[in-house]
Amino acid sequence: MYRYDTIDRTLVNERVEQYRDQLARHLAGELSDDEFRPLRLQNGLYIQRHAPMLRVAIPYGLLSATQLRMLAHIARKYDRGFGHFTTRQNIQYNWPKLEDSADILADLASVEMHAIQTSGNCVRNITSDEFAGIAPDEIVDPRPLAEILRQWSTFHPEFAFLPRKFKIAVNGAAEDRAATAFHDIGLYVLRNIEGELGVRVLVGGGMGRTPIIGHVIRDFLPWKHALTYVEAILRVYNRYGRRDNMYKARIKILVKAIGPEEFTRQVEEEWVEVKDGPGTLTREELDRVSAYFPPPDYESLPDVDADHERLLAENAAFARWVGRSVRPHRVAGYRSVVLSLKKTGVPPGDATAEQMEAVADWSERFGFGEIRVSHEQNLILSDVRIRDLHALWLEAKAVGLATPNIGLITDIIACPGGDFCSLANAKSIPIAEAIQRRFDDLDYIHDIGELNINISGCMNSCGHHHAGHIGILGVDKDGEEWYQVSLGGADGSAAGRGRSAIGKVIGPSFKADDMPDVISKLVDTFVELRDEGERFIDAVDRLGPAPFKARVYASKHEKEALDA
Amino acid sequence: MPEIIRKGAVVQDDWQVVRPEAGQAIGALPPGRIIVPLSLWLAQAEALLARGNVGVWLAGTDDPAQLAPWLERLSLVAVDFPKFTDGRGFSIAYLLRSRFGWRGELRAIGDVLPDQVFYMQRVGFDAFAVRADRSVATALRALKTFSDAYQGSWDNAVPAFRRADRPWPESLGQDSLKTRQQA
Repeated sequence: MYRYDTIDRTLVNERVEQYRDQLARHLAGELSDDEFRPLRLQNGLYIQRHAPMLRVAIPYGLLSATQLRMLAHIARKYDRGFGHFTTRQNIQYNWPKLEDSADILADLASVEMHAIQTSGNCVRNITSDEFAGIAPDEIVDPRPLAEILRQWSTFHPEFAFLPRKFKIAVNGAAEDRAATAFHDIGLYVLRNIEGELGVRVLVGGGMGRTPIIGHVIRDFLPWKHALTYVEAILRVYNRYGRRDNMYKARIKILVKAIGPEEFTRQVEEEWVEVKDGPGTLTREELDRVSAYFPPPDYESLPDVDADHERLLAENAAFARWVGRSVRPHRVAGYRSVVLSLKKTGVPPGDATAEQMEAVADWSERFGFGEIRVSHEQNLILSDVRIRDLHALWLEAKAVGLATPNIGLITDIIACPGGDFCSLANAKSIPIAEAIQRRFDDLDYIHDIGELNINISGCMNSCGHHHAGHIGILGVDKDGEEWYQVSLGGADGSAAGRGRSAIGKVIGPSFKADDMPDVISKLVDTFVELRDEGERFIDAVDRLGPAPFKARVYASKHEKEALDA
Repeated sequence: MPEIIRKGAVVQDDWQVVRPEAGQAIGALPPGRIIVPLSLWLAQAEALLARGNVGVWLAGTDDPAQLAPWLERLSLVAVDFPKFTDGRGFSIAYLLRSRFGWRGELRAIGDVLPDQVFYMQRVGFDAFAVRADRSVATALRALKTFSDAYQGSWDNAVPAFRRADRPWPESLGQDSLKTRQQA
């Protein structure tokens, strides 16, 4: 994985000192709350309900064992012994002290990590496919470009005070596993018919208040122009994006207002000026950064292991876990493993310090010391020998990381919601838990099959509710927490047949207590009407929302009729 | 006389920024050295040139291309930051320098705070009228916040990746972060 050189180390250390000075000036009253806010935000520090929240960057979701151990150490030393992995492949701590924040950043810097630009109106952490470099369907490894973009965007002097936050995702596989079309800029790394390396450029996607699927503004851009093209997009946005209304300030609103064609024309006009300039990527740089992501020293192994096959046949629970958690690998004899952070009763995405340390240990014993974070808020071990899967399963089970629910109804994406977040209108975690408790029969949830439920506690959509097959959005109605339900969202992954789609709201919202029943009715409708082998999202596409709505709202109408 | 930062030093400065009141035309201009808004300049450029001692300031909504034909005859251009979080001025400054070739003084005016001057300097500002209630000394120190940068801008167009001395992974040696060891 990427390693810091002198420049990286210098900049991150100088950032810690800059922040330490800003914090001291703020605590001394020399820097007002308003002036300190964007500075702390660009170092990942929010002020939340109970305490500050610190969001630490995990560039493109990639961690070393050493880094994960440091995240565990920070959880234990500065927080309450756990952390929350987010839909942007980052980690958040909910209980640090403001006074400790500079020390935490210094600890992070010691393992080549930081919290730079994890918040604020700037280019945020670059996200990517959590199976980069190991997935059999990969076309081009997206990590080198993601790292090049990380460096380009870090402390970019022109784009630190954009109209609003700016998110870039890079995907390089046949399957889109980065929800790429939902980003301010989405980049698909690919090869054209001639075999040349390039990127397809999408602009103006996003969730939030106004969910939009990104528009393709360049079908194939030769790789060396990636940075100058992104620069041109950012410059147009920085100059013309709205700044009068924060709800209309994202780039998607600008693209929508002037139209994708006009936006593209402006970008191309700007790009002509910077194209082929010093910002043009070089073959040497691409090769140099790519050299940081070499394949590890894999053993030469058969792709079938007799002992493993025997254990699969003998042990149904193991087989069930393998069926959900173990993913194909480009190298024979190896698999990647998704460790579920969705055990019932644990907030989705949360991991304790002990769990993080256990995962770090496994990554070294069963792999090459590497861990990934997915936007579905699970952890991935990238290179596990087939013959080690059973031993890993036993250990993961012992620490609550082997729930066999990946991709199923209880693998819920959820933001921290009203329990922690000061932006939230409603709680997310108790809704996730109530649904998980309702669906507590493993046989049944496996029978239901693939189904993504995504929950956001407010319009900011950190829980990706727009892209959920079932989306749940917390709304505030006269001071009470209500939940709006949508159907048919899809994040671009194979779970939704590769489509990116925004879920449609099915009708009036529900009270928290009703939510497990609502989900049950949606699932019952599906189970009754599905074709052989059909998945939930496919049934929703085929049937439309009508039968689902009828079931969910029927009893309500009956009740109202009775009351009347 | 107010103090500003110019070319890395604190100096006394008597340039006065002329700001139209909301919805009103600019009345009689004050005596001395003045920085006028682009709209006034475009309307009365010849008269202002005859007056002398005039600079021009741009707002975030202004197009720097409109000032380009006049740049040879100006001695000072300023860019206004109505709020320090309004980042349009960074792009305007970069364009004035790199696209329109402005080589004279480029001054940040308005809500100019110490914690933004580092980035301002990178995109081309060489003068900073720090807000009166904020420390010029702190701002001067902040110009040295970072000793390096990844990406090119006006101060150095060459990004870090074009330098020959950035190492390849093999030359970084072994340490505890080395993840790709022999299993």
